[in-house]
Amino acid sequence: MTWTLILSLAAAAYFLKLLGSVIIGHWVMPPVLERCLLLIPAALLAGLIAKDTFTVGQELGVDARAAGLAVAVIATWRKLPFVVIIIAGVGTTALIRLFV
Amino acid sequence: MHHFRAPHARRFISASLMIGIAFIIFGLSFGVLAVSAGASVLQSCAMSLLIFTGASQMSAVSVIATGGSPASAFGGAVLLAGRNAVYGLAMAPVLRGGSLPSRLLGAQWVIDETTAVVSAETDPATRRTAFWISGAILYACWNLGTLLGALLGSSINPSDFGLDVAFPVMFTAMVASHLRTKQGRRAAIFGAIAAVALAPFMPIGLPILVSAFGMLFGLAPQSQENETAS
Repeated sequence: MTWTLILSLAAAAYFLKLLGSVIIGHWVMPPVLERCLLLIPAALLAGLIAKDTFTVGQELGVDARAAGLAVAVIATWRKLPFVVIIIAGVGTTALIRLFV
Repeated sequence: MHHFRAPHARRFISASLMIGIAFIIFGLSFGVLAVSAGASVLQSCAMSLLIFTGASQMSAVSVIATGGSPASAFGGAVLLAGRNAVYGLAMAPVLRGGSLPSRLLGAQWVIDETTAVVSAETDPATRRTAFWISGAILYACWNLGTLLGALLGSSINPSDFGLDVAFPVMFTAMVASHLRTKQGRRAAIFGAIAAVALAPFMPIGLPILVSAFGMLFGLAPQSQENETAS
């Protein structure tokens, strides 16, 4: 982790917040642009989930992390509290590593 | 002093505190993982204080942790932060009328959760109070969690506790609300497939930038049917 990354990310993130809330506050964003921007989390978070669960570096694989993710998906689907989702997902992976 | 009705104040304060508890847990996990990805305690805390948008911070640490370049970490995190410009437009009327310093400070607190708390209120004065109170509570909780996690992370090995799966688990909790529409689900499926299918063929960190192209499902107008589909 470098300070360059941290500070440039801080500047960019703050600029985006400032852009909407202060700089162009009166502007009506075209609906198509708004739809696309609001779809980024769905696309990117799903990508990050897949990367962090099914890859090690550039290699693909299925290990104890997949079981933790499966439990977390079920907990999220059942609308359980965030704390429960995290403990259930992380705990499942830890237990499998311990006993398998 | 703004005047607002007490039941409304109770509602946005309790909503903020509920989210605040989640922020402490998320922040704690973020702190642990940031340190294990090579950040110092100071760097981890600086990220939460200065960047203050959880998904972007986690995305950047996740890419660095798996060996991606700072440039790809930056790219994914900034793409994720783009939605704050949309939330900012929604929050602009709430900040308008305040002094310039207060608007510059308030902008830092424009995130999904403060927007959600404010959007539940209708009265302009109540919305303003709800923004500042939810912002202060969530900023405090996120940074407290990060500090505790970073200190804890310095003394444990995350994978011993299954914490290496904490990122995908937290991303799962975060993505759920984005899957209510058909477009959201299509974007997510595209993103997940791109990230896995391209991993063997591209430098680490780049496939998730390709995932972001899932946003192009938004080019088509969203029908009423899509919005009500569960």
